[in-house]
Amino acid sequence: MKLIFEKSVHGRKSDLLPACDVPEVEIDAKFARQEPLPLPELCETDISRHYTQLCQRVHGVNCGFYPLGSCTMKYNPRINEEMAALPGFTSIHPLAPAASVKGCREVLDTAKQYLCEIAGMDDMTFQPAAGAHGEFTGVMLIKQYHRARGDLARTKIIVPDSAHGTNPATAAMCGFEVVNIDSAPDGCVDLEALKAVLGPDVAGLMLTNPNTVGIFDENILEITRLVHEAGGLCYYDGANLNAVMGIVRPGDMGFDCIHMNLHKTFSTPHGGGGPGAGAVGCKDFLKEFLPRSVMMEGEGRIQVRMFEGNFLVVVRALAYLKTLGKEGVPEAATNAVLNANYLMRKIQGTFEPAFDRTCMHEFVLDLSEFKKETGVSALDVAKSLIDRGMHPPTMYFPLIVHEALMLEPTETESKETLDEAAQIFRDLFELAHKDPAYMQAAPHHAQIGRPDEVKAARSPILRWEQA
Amino acid sequence: MGSYVPATAAERREMLDAIGMKSEKELYADVPASMMLDHPLNIPSGKSELEVRNEMTKLAAENKVYDTVLRGAGAYDHYIPSIVKYIPAKEEFLTAYTPYQAELSQGILQSIFEYQTMICQLTGMDVSNASVYDGATAAAEAAAMCRDRKRTVTLISAAAHPDMINTVRTYCYGTNHELRVVPAKNGVTDVDALKEMLTDDVASFILQSPNFFGQIEDAKAIGETVHAAKAQFIFSFNPISLAVLNTPKEVGADIAVGEGQPLGLPMAWGGPYLGIMTATNRMMRKLPGRIVGQTTDHDGNLAYVLSLQAREQHIRREKASSNICSNEALCALTAGLYLATVGPDGLKEVAKQCMAKAHYLCMALCEIPGVELKYNGPFFHEFVTVMPKRDEVLAKLDEAGILGGLEVEDGILWCATEKVTREQLDRAVAIVKEVLA
Repeated sequence: MKLIFEKSVHGRKSDLLPACDVPEVEIDAKFARQEPLPLPELCETDISRHYTQLCQRVHGVNCGFYPLGSCTMKYNPRINEEMAALPGFTSIHPLAPAASVKGCREVLDTAKQYLCEIAGMDDMTFQPAAGAHGEFTGVMLIKQYHRARGDLARTKIIVPDSAHGTNPATAAMCGFEVVNIDSAPDGCVDLEALKAVLGPDVAGLMLTNPNTVGIFDENILEITRLVHEAGGLCYYDGANLNAVMGIVRPGDMGFDCIHMNLHKTFSTPHGGGGPGAGAVGCKDFLKEFLPRSVMMEGEGRIQVRMFEGNFLVVVRALAYLKTLGKEGVPEAATNAVLNANYLMRKIQGTFEPAFDRTCMHEFVLDLSEFKKETGVSALDVAKSLIDRGMHPPTMYFPLIVHEALMLEPTETESKETLDEAAQIFRDLFELAHKDPAYMQAAPHHAQIGRPDEVKAARSPILRWEQA
Repeated sequence: MGSYVPATAAERREMLDAIGMKSEKELYADVPASMMLDHPLNIPSGKSELEVRNEMTKLAAENKVYDTVLRGAGAYDHYIPSIVKYIPAKEEFLTAYTPYQAELSQGILQSIFEYQTMICQLTGMDVSNASVYDGATAAAEAAAMCRDRKRTVTLISAAAHPDMINTVRTYCYGTNHELRVVPAKNGVTDVDALKEMLTDDVASFILQSPNFFGQIEDAKAIGETVHAAKAQFIFSFNPISLAVLNTPKEVGADIAVGEGQPLGLPMAWGGPYLGIMTATNRMMRKLPGRIVGQTTDHDGNLAYVLSLQAREQHIRREKASSNICSNEALCALTAGLYLATVGPDGLKEVAKQCMAKAHYLCMALCEIPGVELKYNGPFFHEFVTVMPKRDEVLAKLDEAGILGGLEVEDGILWCATEKVTREQLDRAVAIVKEVLA
């Protein structure tokens, strides 16, 4: 379809403002814009049709199954959207007087109370705008804690090789050296490998549990104990919290701080890449280091962004938590795990799980044998799923499984959807043995065929330019 | 009173049977029993949609919505056209994830490509990314792009937004780099001090204009000073002001960043907002976050993809240019939509009316005996006054449904946008006059 710029007609516009009712002001020529302002010119009909066409070229959770592992693509309830659009929330200035924002404050306080209970934490900040931003905020707590004790020797953060890429990137942004440790064959932490790197130079460990292969690490108490014994702290990456919320709490697993992705676990929509919210919780002894606290060295206050955070995202999450309540939270978790195990077993026999055991909210298929047999890769299967109206799973992650496809169905999918999905996988398994070339050229019925990513990176075209 | 789980009790039973489990408890057999929650969560029971609606509406009603907003300081009350509210609420835009699978995400990818283009048109810069969290984190990320082995220090003007200074400082503290604050004089950056502070370990200088006090800085001259010292020039702008004021390109910025909230996003008590991040071609491969590029598919059709991913955390891990993953895509879509809706003439009109109304308010206030303009330089839509009885003035305005300016140092930082009418401004001025009489 055409770009919006190609639809522009000089002189076309919408009337939005009344004539100015005060005298105009001349801008000093020294400061006035010199270059033309070539924005597109359209009327409202053009705009409406353009964006409607665009949205028809997007697959959302509302369009169909979206088992993108690690992203918790559950249904996003409409009531939450309506509540976040209330003028009593949207029209509030972030620096309005405290007495005028009691409702906003109560939204944060209540959300904090519920989420701390779920996480097993004592205090929380809503400043971080996303999961990775939460990780930054959380690891900064660890940094500040050690600095406050004058323990400057702790320069390392341990990250398992199965971790999300954000974990090591975060540790680096907080000035730590990253120590990668190999996972055990089952994707869990290898206790011996952990012991080998623990010492007085370790500031902490970043971990997600259930881990990135969808397995609950049963040694978790031992892991957090070992890290604490060595003087380090434990950071919980909450990306996989959906499996265990209301069942077992990160705080009770021995973690000291945590981020929760409100846009995953707590049903706020992801908007095609944000806005999210990465609420960061911590135990009592860390709360003096939360954003707005005084920096340990130098001057100023810890602040990870402007103002209080992505407030409207918190409004949505609170509406969701009020709906689920103490019964609904564990019910959602249990059904997320049930759906994942059901789908895994339904697919098994064709594509094989990387780990043949009970999974949590997601599981990883290992297609390396299948690829050897058929020449069809995980990528080819993913692209073939697009032709069947399904969003592909996460591909080639975690890095410890070759030819990985990671599926997370979430609790909001029905049995029929899972049965259909399993059937699609079985069909593709058969197809791969009959006509691998067809799958290697998939998708055949999508908006576009496979894009040339190498060309995109080698000769980047990152904006439209007038011909 | 619901969990949005479609499976009925009978279906759950059937599914458990299919996986050979007697009960749901078996699903959690790997979790050590000693650790499991042995009591229900200490939060209220679930509620119906109607009850949730009533509770949330009540919370919203506990906030005060002002008729007139004369406060800015980083968040601005602009008019948001209706269509700019409706389109981002379309479920496909709202509920999709990051467009990793280009073949079913062309709509999102194209919307970001269009956003990147419009931001380049607005700023004059060569390249824009798909967004970062907000204007302050954009500045912090920009500072990180400029550092190398020899040049490790970041400078920032004291006249920048205090929250931005703190955010940049926090990010610098993270990577163990130094931030030095260049003092302000008469409400603008002290250029003599800046010259002295531009030592050969300085990587970049961050200038905000219009600055926190609303003053327009002599950005072009400052940029030349920064470049003369072989440091990079990071320019933080207000996107609305660029319709009438010098673009970042015109002032010589290497990286230009801005808070995108004025482009169709509600104030919303601080977020979600939009971090705009642009650079010259030379800096392109150092930009953090998502960038959408145009390419072709195997049949030669135009296609859009997430590009230059070799910079990013999921590939580079600890060597990535940033840890950013989720950004503010829907806010970027909204900003692009806003710019397309108002168009070039419309954006200039918004900017001119902001400026006209702020100057009208300034003149009217300064005619009141006892009120003085604190800084005399040119300004866009914000200015600082000093007056007696500051608290009382703001309290009286508040009673009348007017959110007055923000208390800053010994003065008040006022702002006016295109949304306020002359009548509203006259009413506010009359109240100030009455208190000071």
